[in-house]
Amino acid sequence: MAGGEKHLYKVMSKPGPHCDEDWTPGSAIIDMLESTKVLGAGGLGCEILKNLALSGFKDIHVIDMDTIDISNLNRQFLFRQSDIGKPKAEVAAAFVEKRVKGVRITPFVGKIQDKDEDFYMQFKIIICGLDSIEARRWINATLIGMVDPENQESLKPLVDGGTEGFKGQARVILPTLTSCIECQLDMHAPRPAVPLCTIATIPRQPQHCIEWAHQIAWQDKRKDDPFDSDNMEHISWVYHAALERAQHFHIAGVTFQMTQGVVKNIIPAIASTNAVIAASTTSEVLKIATGCNPYLNNYMMYAGEEGVYTYTFEAEKKSDCPVCGNLARKMDVDPDLTLGEFIESLGERAEAQLKKPSMRTEEKTLYQRFPPQLEEHTRPNLRLKLRDLVEDGEEIAVSDPAYTIDFRYRLVFK
Amino acid sequence: MTESFPAAVAGPTSKERKYDRQLRLWAATGQQALEDSRVLLVNSDGPLGGDNTGVSGVVGVEALKNLVLPGIGGFTIVDPATVTEADLGVNFFLQEESLGKSRADETCRLLRELNPDVQGYSYSKPVTDLLNDPFFLPRHKLVIITGPTRQSTLTSLTQAAQRLGIPVLYVHSVGFYSTFSLQLDADFPIVETHPDPESSQDLRLLTPWPELSAAAASLGDLNALDDHRHGHIPYIMILLHLVEQWKQGHGGNPPGNYREKTEFREFVRSHARTSNAEGGEENFDEAVAAVLKTVTPFSLRSSTREIFEMDECQNLTRQSSDFWVIASAIRGFYQEHHVLPLPGSLPDMKAQSADYVALQNIYKAKARCDIDDVTARVRQLESRLGRSKSPILDREIEVFCKNAAHIKVVHGRPVARLTHATDPVTLKAIRNQLNTPDSLIPIFLAAQILDAVVDEIKVGIRKRPNFQSTTTVFGLIIQSVSWHL
Repeated sequence: MAGGEKHLYKVMSKPGPHCDEDWTPGSAIIDMLESTKVLGAGGLGCEILKNLALSGFKDIHVIDMDTIDISNLNRQFLFRQSDIGKPKAEVAAAFVEKRVKGVRITPFVGKIQDKDEDFYMQFKIIICGLDSIEARRWINATLIGMVDPENQESLKPLVDGGTEGFKGQARVILPTLTSCIECQLDMHAPRPAVPLCTIATIPRQPQHCIEWAHQIAWQDKRKDDPFDSDNMEHISWVYHAALERAQHFHIAGVTFQMTQGVVKNIIPAIASTNAVIAASTTSEVLKIATGCNPYLNNYMMYAGEEGVYTYTFEAEKKSDCPVCGNLARKMDVDPDLTLGEFIESLGERAEAQLKKPSMRTEEKTLYQRFPPQLEEHTRPNLRLKLRDLVEDGEEIAVSDPAYTIDFRYRLVFK
Repeated sequence: MTESFPAAVAGPTSKERKYDRQLRLWAATGQQALEDSRVLLVNSDGPLGGDNTGVSGVVGVEALKNLVLPGIGGFTIVDPATVTEADLGVNFFLQEESLGKSRADETCRLLRELNPDVQGYSYSKPVTDLLNDPFFLPRHKLVIITGPTRQSTLTSLTQAAQRLGIPVLYVHSVGFYSTFSLQLDADFPIVETHPDPESSQDLRLLTPWPELSAAAASLGDLNALDDHRHGHIPYIMILLHLVEQWKQGHGGNPPGNYREKTEFREFVRSHARTSNAEGGEENFDEAVAAVLKTVTPFSLRSSTREIFEMDECQNLTRQSSDFWVIASAIRGFYQEHHVLPLPGSLPDMKAQSADYVALQNIYKAKARCDIDDVTARVRQLESRLGRSKSPILDREIEVFCKNAAHIKVVHGRPVARLTHATDPVTLKAIRNQLNTPDSLIPIFLAAQILDAVVDEIKVGIRKRPNFQSTTTVFGLIIQSVSWHL
């Protein structure tokens, strides 16, 4: 045992009051950690990498597609002013390797979706601090799809953490065995959108003016110029357009900061909450990898806005989960909606959140976005009412380019 | 709109960009408070037995990291330990070159790298030496102490901090367990509590002031409005209007109990026009949804009432802080008007832009008027008390008025410790807790016992060999304490 492992050894060499009776303490556990390959990804990456490295993991892989932005520096502590513009995964990996001796960190600059099942199969545990629900759903569905009941190694525990301001959550998912991201999708309900007529004709809030500048004025004046929320000139243009509209309607409060917040859908993030959640997730990874203590079952909520509040509960595995269940999820619909309106609503419905869905029943294709011939062929359906296309209680399969799997819903008429 | 906009970008400064994600939570005022603060970390307390130190001090350094990143004004690390191999395995803010050097200096150096805006200082000596300098502790706004620490050190530090009104956090982190305890002044007031916007609405629908009533009356007969206007009456106006109608049929009384409110809700619903293409009106839907919450008389929250009843609020002295002077002025306002100053914010609602803005202005003007009323009371109190301090800033009074319904006084207490002097009520409560399955009290007790054991080693009553590793003792204590106590 090297001197640097003294503290880890203390924890791994003596059983605690909550240990499993079968657990054998000793330095072999620490040796085992060295060969445990783990994968980390996402906005909590800096904290997660540091914690994994200091917990004795030696073979760590990290995926992140982003480059370092000045607004990361208030919490992503491996990055400096001089790193702005460089890929996060590479800078973070190099920093931790340099600081913690004997750790190997392999960075991949790209999306988690760029990698296939063979890639994910090499790891023992996946730990995620992703900042989008879409990425979470993708990795969740992928890991569930990989499970082969004949091969125990194919089951990769997923430890997921996320934060928003002073709030956060951590959960442990054992694909196919416990509740998954999709089972509790409604906990990540999107914010309701402002109605278009408010934005277009009767703005009342500064945010309405910003939405107008972003969604309508830009299309009107600069439609050949794809809007880029990272381009300061673009934000500035939207800001000024919004300001002018606000002045016209005597609405106060449009600021540059608010403009950025609205068009980029910025979620506040602070160092302390990120540290709490990353610590909790990496602690679960250490316990899963070593068996030294029982791990989280299976969802922990943290609220730090007033004092400290945490709540741990067992999120329920749903038999009608579109990803890990075997039943189609019930969806109440108005039969007089047209298929087009229904498709539009799926982006906002908490239980679906699918932005570009294609769908079919067991008998026929209702709407298919690709290839173009099929799109053209199914387009007329968009104007038909649901009651003329499906039976009450009929099952549909919905696919979306953001995901590799089909989602099954049972449409029940209201 | 014009084709091009002014080239000069009134964009954020680089500091605003760096702190953007947190400014959205605590705004410029919160950031300023952070930047005006310096925190003291007492990260160890001299050698343990023959060993360099008893604590790794990682939890303290990690806490500082989370304060340095958002831009705290400054920090001081006090830690007489030197860096060992074991430190390198757990402390990210040390590196190989740090071996054998002062742990205070090294962690300070590597923490400062995180944010050039932050000042960092380090002292490689026991904190008790530093406390001899009367100017040392007052330079700080908060103290973090990493346990276990010598009981005498803890006592002198917490007492000195208490005399100066400086909050203290006493932290343990051992294996998978951690505890921390906060020492605060007996009364720790907070004005900007950042309440949820939903819960901080005060619309005064049952006690409208003359300008608001006049605006509602000016709508005339709602039935005479064309469909477009009818579908765009702000829901506040709908409710004001219909409450008046209801009162006429109910002996001049507004809907009072739950049954009446439910009835009133149906009454509101019945006024919506349904013959249009949408089969209803959004503004009336909003009005229906708002009945239970907003058609209700003003009531003072019990937390605010308690603050008004506190001695500090009722008996001001020349030394009373700004908080108590303003609180007392607002208490006077409440006693006269039976409401708190109007916060002045208006939720979004379906309405024509101009109508909404006009309504917003009515609320803003009333809020302004209430602030002026409170300000006059504050000035009166100031002159009556003959305070020597400079007058309370208008801005401070304004912020207080806006938050009046949600102000808070946290009742602080000293760091939680079990000693021979602990009162029997607390001891009994702890014993009861031990019989509760899943109680976390054994973790607190273990940390207390750990403190006692370490103290005995440090002062030389107990020898180190009894005490192989903190983790073992900790684990066993949890077991034995929970079984035998």
